[in-house]
Amino acid sequence: MKDLLVIGNGMVGHRLVQAVRDRDAAGAWRITVVGAEARAAYDRVALSSYVDGVSAEELTLPELDVELHLGDPAVGIDRDARTVRTESGRVFRYDALVLATGSVPFVPPVPGRDLPGCFVYRTLDDLDAITAAAAEAMAADRPGRRSAVVVGGGLLGLEAARALRLLGLSPQVVEIAPRLLPVQVDEGGGALLRRLVESEDLQVRCGVSVTEITRDRDRLIATLSDGVELDADVIVFSAGIRPADELARRAGLPIGERGGVLVDARCRTHDEAIWAVGEVAALEGRTYGLVAPGYAMAEVVADQLVGGSATVVPAEIDTSTQLKMLGVDVASFGDAHATTPGALEVVVNDPVAGTYSKLVVSDDAKTLLGGILVGDASRYGALRALVGQPLPADPVALIAPGGVDLGTDALPDSAQICSCNAVSKGAIRTAVESGAHDVPAIKACTRAGTSCGSCVPTLKKLLVESGVEVSKALCEHFDRSRAELFEIVSATGIRRFSQLIARYGRGRGCDVCKPAVASILASLGTGHVLDGEQATLQDTNDHFLANLQRNGTYSVVPRIPGGEITPEGLIAIGEVARDFGLYTKITGGQRIDMFGARVEQLPAIWRRLVDAGFESGHAYGKALRTVKSCVGTTWCRYGVQDSVELAVVLELRYRGLRAPHKVKAGVSGCARECAEARSKDFGIIATEKGWNLYVGGNGGFSPRHAELLASDLDTETLVKIIDRFLMFYIRTADRLQRTAAWIESMEGGLDHLRAVVVDDALGICADLEAAMEAHVANYSDEWRGVLEDEEKLARFVSFVNAPDTPDPLIRTRVERGQPVPVGMPEVRR
Amino acid sequence: MTVQLQVRWLVACPLERLQPERGVAALFGDTQVALVRTHDGQVHAIGNVDPFSGAGVLSRGIVGDRGGVPTIASPVYKQAFDLRTGRCLDDPEVSVPTYPVRVVGGMVEVGLP
Repeated sequence: MKDLLVIGNGMVGHRLVQAVRDRDAAGAWRITVVGAEARAAYDRVALSSYVDGVSAEELTLPELDVELHLGDPAVGIDRDARTVRTESGRVFRYDALVLATGSVPFVPPVPGRDLPGCFVYRTLDDLDAITAAAAEAMAADRPGRRSAVVVGGGLLGLEAARALRLLGLSPQVVEIAPRLLPVQVDEGGGALLRRLVESEDLQVRCGVSVTEITRDRDRLIATLSDGVELDADVIVFSAGIRPADELARRAGLPIGERGGVLVDARCRTHDEAIWAVGEVAALEGRTYGLVAPGYAMAEVVADQLVGGSATVVPAEIDTSTQLKMLGVDVASFGDAHATTPGALEVVVNDPVAGTYSKLVVSDDAKTLLGGILVGDASRYGALRALVGQPLPADPVALIAPGGVDLGTDALPDSAQICSCNAVSKGAIRTAVESGAHDVPAIKACTRAGTSCGSCVPTLKKLLVESGVEVSKALCEHFDRSRAELFEIVSATGIRRFSQLIARYGRGRGCDVCKPAVASILASLGTGHVLDGEQATLQDTNDHFLANLQRNGTYSVVPRIPGGEITPEGLIAIGEVARDFGLYTKITGGQRIDMFGARVEQLPAIWRRLVDAGFESGHAYGKALRTVKSCVGTTWCRYGVQDSVELAVVLELRYRGLRAPHKVKAGVSGCARECAEARSKDFGIIATEKGWNLYVGGNGGFSPRHAELLASDLDTETLVKIIDRFLMFYIRTADRLQRTAAWIESMEGGLDHLRAVVVDDALGICADLEAAMEAHVANYSDEWRGVLEDEEKLARFVSFVNAPDTPDPLIRTRVERGQPVPVGMPEVRR
Repeated sequence: MTVQLQVRWLVACPLERLQPERGVAALFGDTQVALVRTHDGQVHAIGNVDPFSGAGVLSRGIVGDRGGVPTIASPVYKQAFDLRTGRCLDDPEVSVPTYPVRVVGGMVEVGLP
């Protein structure tokens, strides 16, 4: 096990740990977190809600599986020894070190800034101190109002002003720039913003700075650069932040021009064992003071730690902001200051209504680049999601009063709804469709709306517009369908059922969800089906790699590709059946089934079969069974193509492929269709020019004829399309849904399927083919895997305390020359 | 308490032979017992014979829960049985016997009448 050490226990550090835990299914990393703050990680974005009465406990982020050392700041990094020392003298070794120390408030070098009554606004402890000072001022026995000065009129400054007002003080905001929120809004927006906040009893002084703070009895006096003196009970500095890069500086790591540990797009510092994320990181020289970019960095580092190669694209970093400050809505998103060459600005300024809206569009006025909204930010969610997308209407109409109503219908699935957690409209729709029928459910499964919350109105809209969907819940343990779980497993890298159910389900699982997840894991190629925890998920058939029969014995089916078998093979099977007293029967899939094998006999039977060159036929699995064939051109007078050879090739290609249900196939060498290919999930019929491919057939309870998907294909193209068809089925079908029902349930049916797997309408064909190539490359015989592994072999006993004693309930008699089960005691159904 | 007095404790296997959430069968005379260790470390012992098929296979079922009740599902026709009481959750008329079970010195012991 390797050691991951994270310095810093803020939101980004916490997200990093969570992201590693989510991805590190193999448990390769032991994680230790060292934090300067004595508190558990908390939601700093919602810091100000603490003043509204939200408790520290409510702000606390979920506990994670790490070794935590809080209230003990790291003081030194020994890069050669790969150790970190903390203030208390503890030393931690690391294989990978992530700096997530965040930032410290910037306090301008003003004389008197350290006087009692001066504070910064960063931590819960800061807020406790400010609250206490405000309470003391309110309790003082003197006339007049109690006032406060806030140094800095940015996001944090306005939040601080609001908090101070809630505490009973009259705040004045001093901003050195000519307007409030200089980073987020432009001059026009700033002017309106100032007018609106002043009407909310907040005094604003822009274009001036504080030059000195002095004490006058029990109060403070702040002298401004224009000579004005403001008296105050409390002074709060919120003049920006500086990366907390001291530790990195001391360790000799290169630092950005304006502070922050220099990292590349992988968030790696110049020391390849050290990464930096969040506010302390200078990503290609630039630092970010928002949580969303920090989260993006955390995800990127987590990906690398588990062997990925993700990078952050600075151009894609979302610095959108929305806040409701003192009753005033403000939002800023995308390229708000029109820095893109040729960008055009469209402004609607309505001083009477108290709204200012600006959209920044590309030089051809077709693409939305960004915007600023002051006074009314109700369209923020919809507009931000449109950034980078074609404008659905004239830009003026999008922001004018009484203009176009921006429903969520207009948004493409790729549009990002929650920028904090990078959740697209498509992901939210999927969540809604899979049973997330309210905002908490969407939050729980997509994380959308869990950080700043500005997208919650859009989430509600999406819910309304999607209407009520029928639940596709797999079982009582999972609210999602198999297809969604497949996506989750595939996307998150979760490879253990216990992790999956802990995060996306509830309870311990059952005979519905466990085999379904086992099948998903097997389709994704996660090793032998009896490895570790996976063994506990398998149905008895997959657990003993044989088919359970009514008397508790199993049947054994070796693979006979295409139904072609040598006399030696037949003899070997015959001898095994004879020596173990098994009943034999020819199956519909052109192979031989041996019945009546007891659990403890299975390894010996398979030892003989494997030695004779046979391998598992997967008759026990929801997997490819057989590719049946007619005799084809080699012998048949009418055949036009070699059906046997193709059947053998296909069966060997797809052997071992786990699927939502069993998959059967057939190949006929001419239109006479002797292989009954059209009763199969995929069937191939030879033509003069090549092959016709039919899909969606089955026998069984409701027989279905397969329908023509593509015609006159050469062999290479045929195999490609089957690859895509099978992988698309595996990814998107429901549990126990055969291909016929799957195609039927698809919107657009067979035409849609053809568009996806033949015409590549979704652009996923390369991905599907690659997945199949991976399956083919990684195939190995499951039975051989068992015979070579003592631990797996140990499962094959009749009784744990009498491993070779046959089950006394299994008794046989002879019928038509073969052994068959005799009456089972007390059968009730 | 009379039950305990009449019980004979018989050794089945070492505890580590029980993979969590996967059962094994044990044989005591003619009695087949399914032993299951759940995720919380509890060991349960119920009859191994599935009353619906008559086959000695319950131990080969999938272990999980239904509404929080620890269960094992028959591998034959999939009925779920409460591991604590032996009651069939799909047919209240049907149940399988339960046996007291304990771990002594790392060995799982089953109490038989």
